[in-house]
Amino acid sequence: MQPRMITNKLEFSFKRFFLQWEWMLVVLLLAVIVMNVNLSEYFWDYANLRDATMGFLDKAFIVLPMVFVILLADIDISVASIVALSSVIMADLYTMGVPMPLAMIICLAVGTLCGWVNGMLIVKFKELSSVIITLATMIIYRGIAYMILEDQAAGSFPDWFSFLGWGYVGSIPFILIAFILFAVLFGVLLHKTVFGRQLYAIGNNGTAARFSGVKVDRIKIIVFTLAGLMAAVTALFLTSRMGSTRPNVATGYELDVIAMVVLGGISTSGGKGRMIGAIIAVFLIGFLRYGLGLVNVQAQVLLIIIGLLLIFAVAVPQLKRAKLPAKKM
Amino acid sequence: MQQRGYSTAGAVIEAPAEARTKPSLGVKIAKFRELGLLGFIILLSIGVQLRNPSFLTWENVNDMMTNTAILGILAVGMMLVIVTRGIDLSIGAILALSGMIAAQTVTAYPELPPMAALLLGTAVGLLCGTAVGWLVSKAGILPIIATLGMMNVFRGFTYVTSGGKWISAHQMPDSFKALATGTTLGINNLIFIAVLIYIAAYCFVNHTRTGRRIYAVGSNPESAAISGISTDKILWLVYAIMGSLSGMAGVLWVSKFASAQGDTASGYELSVIAACVLGGVSIAGGVGKISGVILGSILLGILNNALPLIDVSPFWQTGIQGSIILAAVLVNAVVKRGVDRNHLMRRKI
Repeated sequence: MQPRMITNKLEFSFKRFFLQWEWMLVVLLLAVIVMNVNLSEYFWDYANLRDATMGFLDKAFIVLPMVFVILLADIDISVASIVALSSVIMADLYTMGVPMPLAMIICLAVGTLCGWVNGMLIVKFKELSSVIITLATMIIYRGIAYMILEDQAAGSFPDWFSFLGWGYVGSIPFILIAFILFAVLFGVLLHKTVFGRQLYAIGNNGTAARFSGVKVDRIKIIVFTLAGLMAAVTALFLTSRMGSTRPNVATGYELDVIAMVVLGGISTSGGKGRMIGAIIAVFLIGFLRYGLGLVNVQAQVLLIIIGLLLIFAVAVPQLKRAKLPAKKM
Repeated sequence: MQQRGYSTAGAVIEAPAEARTKPSLGVKIAKFRELGLLGFIILLSIGVQLRNPSFLTWENVNDMMTNTAILGILAVGMMLVIVTRGIDLSIGAILALSGMIAAQTVTAYPELPPMAALLLGTAVGLLCGTAVGWLVSKAGILPIIATLGMMNVFRGFTYVTSGGKWISAHQMPDSFKALATGTTLGINNLIFIAVLIYIAAYCFVNHTRTGRRIYAVGSNPESAAISGISTDKILWLVYAIMGSLSGMAGVLWVSKFASAQGDTASGYELSVIAACVLGGVSIAGGVGKISGVILGSILLGILNNALPLIDVSPFWQTGIQGSIILAAVLVNAVVKRGVDRNHLMRRKI
């Protein structure tokens, strides 16, 4: 007998396809680009655009695992402190005479360890929300960075290290290539693997996922560890761009990153959203900052715009959902 | 059927005897949670006092309390927000905005009584808090996202209203600066205001219907709604109170430090949340006491004041504070597990 097929894909419909939040983002992104081109003749200049992209991509590496974290209906606000801690440890080891490649590996290891600690605490203390645990570890990690470097700056890295943040492959910035590679990797991981499906399952209903055999705890630990690792990757690029580091680097990155993820249509209640949305949001906010900066709009006005954009991004689906039942009747 | 009923009835008699003989340590600690925190504060004070005798002098204690007063005022509002399962990250920005507007007003009209500035700041804060409350209660946006967005907006407004400039001590009239340095009935104004707010909050939370409804909404929003409580209104109210308190705190802050800047109190919301968590306010909602919040604020205040006094490097303070917060949160969780297990044991019986 032919087994009955249950398709898990809805039939394709143009209306549904173009009503997705990601298209909204594309439209917003185009609007921002058109606005920028009209505002300043310098925007559509390849060299400018390229260099601006290099400027905002450093924190984009954290956006990728943060999508996973928020899909699980969790949140990680310690990432910026992990960036600071791993960067500070790397710089400190290097000035103490550890060879740079080893220091970079230790930087990645420190980030991974910090993320793993977050994950373990969250799994072992399920009654505590991830906000509180990562709030505490955020203060601790930043605190350790201060203990190590106090108010000093450490730097004077070897010349080749600046390639990470400033180098080009052909005429394409290395950081952009790295970001695209990571983005593809994380996108495939989320949308094409069992692991990714399990993330959605946990985000939608953690209990049901556990009863259907998903190893919820293990996945949570992996996701938070990934967040730590990618924070350390950000630390590498950021440190390379700045040429030196201080314990107060990357302050406020966590909020920027969360804003990008939420703007990208990933629901904070878990289980909804796609990687591409967050990636578009990275470029949306980046171009918005860069373009308005070109025409000397104050950074402070930008704060207001980004804040409103964030609320708008969350409120629209919310209002849509509220209206939906009425429509059906 | 009867047989089964009998056998379970039999179990009823045996189990409690066992439960009574083994009172869980967790329950004991939980009952005296505030006492434990108080004990920790006393031990810490004695330890610091042994290292540096100038710690428990009247001057230093007064100083410490003055520095903690603003934190304490904000922590009361934050407690109400957290009790409803929310969180407010925008308070640092609201504080800066209302402080800036108040400072600009007193600079332009130096003859204005300081009380008017305080009211103005509170009004600005109320307005901001109402906006946040609307987003959370009516638009249904998660508190952490709504307040994160509004934090950016308010911070941006602060820079826009000030044009990026500072307002420094010499621009402010003396009467305004005296707001924070003056005394009422021999007590520093800041402490006096904080005490007034604590008394008002105690009465509000424990002895009014609206106050109790806040806890009802926090412990179970669905059943609160079913029992006729307008959860939207309660949420809105809570954020409005939080906003007003931040507005008031903004004026006090500017008066105390005699300077208003765009980045005033940035990141201060985390200290306030930490004070609440230390004081036993549960992020899961529905749990939190005024007495706990007082002790939590005082503990943070002591840590800020005492660590420099016993020659702890200022660079170690962040790490030490973070570790204490994490330890307090984890210990709290472990204790609560013990309590829950105990309840479960009793219920089975």
